[in-house]
Amino acid sequence: MLSCKKATRLVSQGLDRRLPFGQRVALRVHLAICDGCTNFKKQTEFLRRAVARLGNPAAEP
Amino acid sequence: MDDFRSRVERERSYLLRYAGLQLRDPHAAEDAVQETLLAALAGEATLQGRANLRTWLTGILKHKIIDAIRRASREAPSASEDEFEALFDERGHWLEMPSAWADPDASLEQKRFFAALEACLQRLPQKISQAFMMREHLGLDTDEICKELAITPTHCWVLLYRARMALRECLEKDWFGAKGK
Repeated sequence: MLSCKKATRLVSQGLDRRLPFGQRVALRVHLAICDGCTNFKKQTEFLRRAVARLGNPAAEP
Repeated sequence: MDDFRSRVERERSYLLRYAGLQLRDPHAAEDAVQETLLAALAGEATLQGRANLRTWLTGILKHKIIDAIRRASREAPSASEDEFEALFDERGHWLEMPSAWADPDASLEQKRFFAALEACLQRLPQKISQAFMMREHLGLDTDEICKELAITPTHCWVLLYRARMALRECLEKDWFGAKGK
């Protein structure tokens, strides 16, 4: 069983590369039962959307 | 010509802020912007038909920023995930679980949110912030970041992990927590 600490590392790596099959499955099982890590995952995905829009020329005065 | 020059010159402060956020070094930012303005003035013809001067200049500046990072980064600091050890118990479970952020995307419409995000980015150590901005803002993949920063993929993932952990905490404290649920 994956710990939350390990799960957060896999969530982060999953944003940067395709995880090996075993890790992907272990992470999915963990996320299905862990609200904390699920929130963490949503927040890292939100960070991606936010930082992509940072300094967007069209949004500046 | 003079008109074009003054229009370009008016974008200087915007470009400086943009470069400063990513390079975290006022001198390097100044240099990158200077190179951008020179390149822009030399290449006025290529702007023809493109609507937005600022978008065009920002595009040039992104390349200058990557060049500057490449020049500046020869060594990387030792990477460790241990600083977030305190967030977990000895079995690796959250001591305090992240709670859901209420409608985070609504924040993307607010200027004040981006000011808070910038402040959080400023607090990251330089190398971490550079790796993170290369990944999430400039859209480079891990291989490219490794090459630019001369680090291993594992090191790169550790830097990105630390950036995400720190930014999540910072936004939780300074924005989503402060805003109320």
